[in-house]
Amino acid sequence: MPELLCQSPFHPICSQKREGPQCPPVGYLNLLNSTPDPGWLSIHEQPGTLQKEGTNSYLCTLWPRPCDHRLGFPNMNALSLRQLNKTYSGGVTALHDVDLEVTPGDFFGLLGPNGAGKTTIIGIVASLVRATSGSVKIFGHDIVTEPWEAKSNLGLVPQEFNFNQFETVSQIVLNQAGYYGIDRRTAHERAEYYLRELDLWGKRNASSRSLSGGMKRRLMIARALVHEPRLLILDEPTAGVDIELRRSMWDFLRQMNERGTTIILTTHYLEEAESLCRNIGIIDGGRIIENTDMRSLLAKLKSQSFVLDISSAVGDLPNITDFYVVPIDEQTIEVEVRGDQTLSDLFKQLNAAGVEVTSMKNKANRLEELFVRMLGDRDNPPAKAV
Amino acid sequence: MAALYPAYPKQTLIALRTLVWKETHRYLRIWVQTLVPPAITMTLYFIIFGSLIGSRVGVMDGYSFMEFIAPGIIMMSVITNSYTNVVSSFFGAKFQRHVEELLVSPTPNYVILAGYVAGGVGRGLFTGLIVTIIASFFADLEIHNIPVTISVVFLTAVLFSLGGFINGVFAKKFDDIAIVPTFILTPLTYLGGVFYSISMLPDFWQGLSMANPILYMVNAFRYGILGSSDIPIMTAYTLVIGFIIAGTALSLHLLKRGTGLRS
Ligand SMILES: Nc1ncnc2c1ncn2[C@@H]1O[C@H](COP(=O)(O)OP(=O)(O)OP(=O)(O)O)[C@@H](O)[C@H]1O
Ligand SMILES: [Mg+2]
Repeated sequence: MPELLCQSPFHPICSQKREGPQCPPVGYLNLLNSTPDPGWLSIHEQPGTLQKEGTNSYLCTLWPRPCDHRLGFPNMNALSLRQLNKTYSGGVTALHDVDLEVTPGDFFGLLGPNGAGKTTIIGIVASLVRATSGSVKIFGHDIVTEPWEAKSNLGLVPQEFNFNQFETVSQIVLNQAGYYGIDRRTAHERAEYYLRELDLWGKRNASSRSLSGGMKRRLMIARALVHEPRLLILDEPTAGVDIELRRSMWDFLRQMNERGTTIILTTHYLEEAESLCRNIGIIDGGRIIENTDMRSLLAKLKSQSFVLDISSAVGDLPNITDFYVVPIDEQTIEVEVRGDQTLSDLFKQLNAAGVEVTSMKNKANRLEELFVRMLGDRDNPPAKAV
Repeated sequence: MAALYPAYPKQTLIALRTLVWKETHRYLRIWVQTLVPPAITMTLYFIIFGSLIGSRVGVMDGYSFMEFIAPGIIMMSVITNSYTNVVSSFFGAKFQRHVEELLVSPTPNYVILAGYVAGGVGRGLFTGLIVTIIASFFADLEIHNIPVTISVVFLTAVLFSLGGFINGVFAKKFDDIAIVPTFILTPLTYLGGVFYSISMLPDFWQGLSMANPILYMVNAFRYGILGSSDIPIMTAYTLVIGFIIAGTALSLHLLKRGTGLRS
C-alpha cells in the first residue's frame, strides 16, 4: 500500500515518500493546524486515511487509485510559461516570447528594471491580464482549461493595494477564503492563524483603510495564504516597508518556503533577492535575459569594488600593482578586485607600505553590481569597429 | 463553454454564498444611503401626488389616484434600487480594484454574476417592501393576485440588476454609472405609466409608449395588485424573461472576454 509521510502539521505541503503503481506520485497533502484538514481528502476525492504519528507528523495512507490529473504531480513545474506574448491595447508590447519554468519548492526571484514586464507576467499568471498568445500552467494545470485547479494552487500578493477600503481585516481574509470554496470553520481557523502569524490579529476588526502601509502589505500576504496555495507570487512585497518589518517578512517567507510553498518574488532590493532567492530570472524590455541559479549568476561577476577608509592620506599611498585604485577623498579609496585576485593580495601590499585600513565595505551589493552591469551593457553596446 | 454542472459543487456554493452575503452586507451597512432615500422620496410622492394633487385628479381606470399610482411607485423604487445597487457596487469594486480578489480566485463567472445580481435583487425587493409599507398608510392595498405580483417584481429586479451589471462592466468613470439611470431609466419609468394610464394618451403617444419595456412591467405589477392593466400580462412575462435571458448571456460573454476587467 502506498504511503505518504507528512511532516509539519501546520503547513499545506508534505513531502511525499511513495511511488504509486497506477498513478504517478501524488506528493502533496494539505494539513492544517494540529488536526489534518478532513476536507483535503474529499476535495481531491482521494480515498485514504490520516493517522497521527507524533506531535508533528501524520502518516497518510492513500489507496492505490487511477490517475487523477486534477492533482498535478511533483514532477510538474510549479509554474510553466510557454511563449508568452503581450501587447497592451495601447500598442505597448510588454512581453516577447517569454518562457519560464519554476520548479516546485523553489524560491525564485524575478528581477528587472521598472517597466520590464514583471507585473505583466504576474498579471497573466493570475488571470488579471489577457495574454496575447502563449500558455500558463500552474502545477501542470492550464489556467484557461482547468481554471479551478490552477487558480486554487496560486496565491497572489499584488504590487498595489487592492482591497475593499470599507471592509475589516478579518472580513477581507474570510471573503477570500469563501471565494476559494473553503468552509466557514476552516476559514476562521486559517484567518486567525495567518493574521496572528503576520501580527494583524489585534487589527482584525479595523477597517482596511485605517491600516498603515506595512500593515496593508501584511494583510495582502495573509489574504493570499488563506487558501494555502502551493505557489505564492509576491509582486514587490517589501516596497515601502521599514527594515525591521522587511526582515521579519523575509523570515516569514523563508519559513513558508521551507515548509514547501514555492515562492516567486519580484523586488527592486537586490540584497533581498540575494538573501532569499535560489534561482533568478532577469527580465528586461519584456524578454528574459537571464535565468539561472544565484550562485552561477554571482560567479559571473568578474570583479567587485570595495571602498576602503585608510589611516594615511591618499596622496602618500604607494603604487599598488595590479589593482585599479581610484581616490575618493582624502582618506578613502575605491579598489576594484577582479575574480582572479584576492583581497589578501591587496592587504599584503597595503601592509607592506604601512597603510592601515580602518574600515571596508562593498561598493554595492554583489547582485546589484552585476545587475547594473548587465543592464548597462544593454544601454552601451560595445562600440563597433568602423 | 464551461460544463453546466460545476466540477466542485460544494466549493462553488460556498463561493456564491460568500459573494451574496458580501453584497447584502454592503447595502445594509450603508443603509442611510441605500434604504432611507427611497423611503423619503416615495413618501413625498405619496403625499404630493397621492394626497394633495390626487384628490383633485379623481378616479383613474376606476381606482382612486392614490391606489393607481401606488403599484407604479413601488415598481419605480424596485427598478432604480436594483439597478443602482449593482452598478455602484460592481463599479466600486473595479475602481478600488478589489474585483481582482474575485478574478484571481477560482470563482466561476456565473457565480460572480449571480452574486452581484442577488445583491441587486435583495436591495430592490427590500426597498420595494419598505415603499409598500409606506404606501399602505396612504391607500388600502389589497393584493389581487399574489403569484403575479411576486413573480413580476422579482423578475423585474433580476432584469434591472443585470442591466446595472452590464453598465458597471462598461463604466470607466463615475459619470458613466449615472448616465443610464438619469437619461434612460428615469424617463422611461416616468413615461412607463407610473402616474397615468396610457389609455389617456392620444393614439400616437399610446403606440410609442408600447415600445417602452418598463410600461409592461409596471402594468403587470399593477395587475397583480389591482387586477387591471393596460396590456396583456403574458406579453409582459415574455418580454421580461426574454430580456433576462439576453442580459445574462451578454453579461457572461463580457465576463468571459474580460471586458473592462482584464487589460
Ligand atoms: N494596463 C496597461 N496598459 C498599457 N500598458 C501597460 C499596462 N500595464 C503595463 N503597461 C506597460 O507594459 C510595460 C511593462 O509594465 P510592467 O508593469 O509589467 O512592468 P514592471 O516590470 O512590473 O515594472 P515595475 O518594476 O515598475 O513595477 C510598461 O511599458 C508599461 O508601461
Ligand atoms: Mg511591477
